[in-house]
Amino acid sequence: MKIINNRQIIADSWQTIDDETSLEQLPSGKIIVSLALWNDRRQALVARDDALGIKLAPEDDVADIAADLSSFALVVLQFPAFRDGRAYSQARNLRQHHGYQGEIRACGNVLRDQLAYMERVGFSSFEIDAGQDINDALNGFDEIGIKYQASSDQSLPLYKRRTA
Amino acid sequence: MNTNPLPTTAINKTKTAQQPGIFVYDQVDQQLIDERVAQFRDQTQRYLAGRLSEDEFLALRLMNGIYVQTHAPMMRIAIPYGLFSAEQMRMLAHIARTYDKGYGHFTTRQNIQFNWLKIEETPDLLADLASVQMHAIQTSGNCIRNTSADPLAGVAGDELEDPRPYCEIIRQWSTLHPEFAYLPRKFKIAVSGAQKDRAVTLVHDIGLSLVKNKAGEIGFKVSVGGGLGRTPMIAQTVRPFLEKQHLLSYLEAVLRIYNLKGRRDNKYKARIKILVGSMGVEAFTKLVEEEWLKIKDSMILDQAEIDRVKAHFAPFAYDTVTEQTVTNNPAFARWLEHNTSDHKVPGYRVVHVSLKSPQAAPGDISAAQMDTVASLAEQYSFGLLRSTYDQNLVLADVKQSDLFDLWQALDAADLATPTIGTLNDMICCPGLDFCSLANASSIDVAADIQKRFQQLDYLYDLGEIDLKMSGCMNGCAHHSIGHIGILGVDKKGVEWYQFTLGGFAENEAKLGERLGRAIAKTDVADTIEKIAQVYIEQRQPNERFVDTFYRIGIEPFKGRVYENN
Repeated sequence: MKIINNRQIIADSWQTIDDETSLEQLPSGKIIVSLALWNDRRQALVARDDALGIKLAPEDDVADIAADLSSFALVVLQFPAFRDGRAYSQARNLRQHHGYQGEIRACGNVLRDQLAYMERVGFSSFEIDAGQDINDALNGFDEIGIKYQASSDQSLPLYKRRTA
Repeated sequence: MNTNPLPTTAINKTKTAQQPGIFVYDQVDQQLIDERVAQFRDQTQRYLAGRLSEDEFLALRLMNGIYVQTHAPMMRIAIPYGLFSAEQMRMLAHIARTYDKGYGHFTTRQNIQFNWLKIEETPDLLADLASVQMHAIQTSGNCIRNTSADPLAGVAGDELEDPRPYCEIIRQWSTLHPEFAYLPRKFKIAVSGAQKDRAVTLVHDIGLSLVKNKAGEIGFKVSVGGGLGRTPMIAQTVRPFLEKQHLLSYLEAVLRIYNLKGRRDNKYKARIKILVGSMGVEAFTKLVEEEWLKIKDSMILDQAEIDRVKAHFAPFAYDTVTEQTVTNNPAFARWLEHNTSDHKVPGYRVVHVSLKSPQAAPGDISAAQMDTVASLAEQYSFGLLRSTYDQNLVLADVKQSDLFDLWQALDAADLATPTIGTLNDMICCPGLDFCSLANASSIDVAADIQKRFQQLDYLYDLGEIDLKMSGCMNGCAHHSIGHIGILGVDKKGVEWYQFTLGGFAENEAKLGERLGRAIAKTDVADTIEKIAQVYIEQRQPNERFVDTFYRIGIEPFKGRVYENN
């Protein structure tokens, strides 16, 4: 699968692990686990050599993994529908309150016309929804150059940049 | 396509540069709305070419003000906090002529709507708007909407501080805010700076009122969770005093909690009022304050920025002449009494331009009237206009010596119906005639009522009565807080009207009490007449309708309205 990562189209190098998978069946390489699997198998998962990612549901509180963030090279946040905007605040919380520097990935109903907002709040990679043109999606990032507010991409509001 | 020439700019540039009285965009502000037009043009083209689904385009067009209504697409254009210039009003006239059927409709949130558009022309329309620093950004959709304010901001005698600079600061913060574009539901903020709340802040998702603390500092009282619609609620105080420097961090904290915790499974339970109601205001406040403590120091609103924005709204250099208009023209005297109000500067009056002519639907204005009001604003009121919560316009800074001339011009344009604040100055939504949500018509019922109470002496004798009529329970006309509220409902294809009495829109806002079973369409005007009779019989000297109601309760009204069955 192709994804957008830091505005580049690349092949996805992560595998998502089913909650039913036993420890013995865990593949090598970079894997993404659910919060439930992480809570159940934490020790075994950190003992692996390869990078670990975690996938949160929109109703999960990112504060619940705050202490564990150094274990994750990737946090995946979900858009069950593009209208469900909870993941915008989850991403912002991760960057702003928890200083998370790793990859934050958007998955689900991820469309061109929301990418700019997603990037602003802290998402860095995007699994573009099936049926969408991933090349066209790249055009969605820079349509609006003026940003009044501070966010994860821009620490100062516009008025402070105006006078700076 | 847009074939009409753009209106020429008649505004005096030198004068506006020195003393705008309105927020004037610099090139950065302008670039944003220009880029927004280009973005929407591309989205519309992709939609028309079948590359953007109906559902995906829906969310995008809503955030550019476009609904698809009964007859055609409707566009709601933002008038930030109800303040706009003569030049902008001329542009609205141009839009009415070029893209619509020659008129527009002002809303309770101080915006204007056009009802007869073509989707493929809307990008051109937005480009025309952008040429005069206007837009339709976030006038619909589940995002932060246009911030509304006291229409008498800056000229009212009871004002602690002008709320408009804060509205503009909120406008900029909320415009294309990346985190809050896909909220559970729409989100409305209103700001009041006066003792009397003319911005109905307590029926907004966030109501801000400027208050003074014991130390004499001015800050905001923050109320959250007001809203009308199916489950009308009055906002509750979450913070009695917020320092100005924390305005944006506090708003951000409220919105973040709402975005994460608000219900998304049922659109009728998705407004923040439901979240506050279900958690309880204490628990909600606790979450907000915890979030706020984390972000407040990184989001300080600098005094320099407040001052920069404030400079745009600096008071005009008023003349000191206090010449009174002397005339014995009775029609002028009526208008003067009912359609003008006090200005904080002696020698000036605030003029309320009535959009409640019996000849037109409440809030409607024709392109010719728009041009007329634009010219009158330039001639008599520093080139500025305001739109009001009660769907009228205001010329806020008129010299007393100009009032007679202004009245004649307004009267000639059918903009001087002398009924401001009376029963006939009703708030009314477009109803079934235009709106795809409506269950019942409101415009023709409004016309019936206005006709019934056309006797001015009778109308004046009834005094201040706030009548609000919505064509469905979404409550766009705020019927729940009308002294008399009327809600249109559909029962098996027949239109019925439910009455509430005793609602109140100002400070200490109250929801009306239901009178009884719904009334048939043909009996609506009769019912109001009966309610008025009870008031006339029972009132004490100088008692307003709503005060009589609070004193005697609903039973006498109920008894009269339902006495024969």
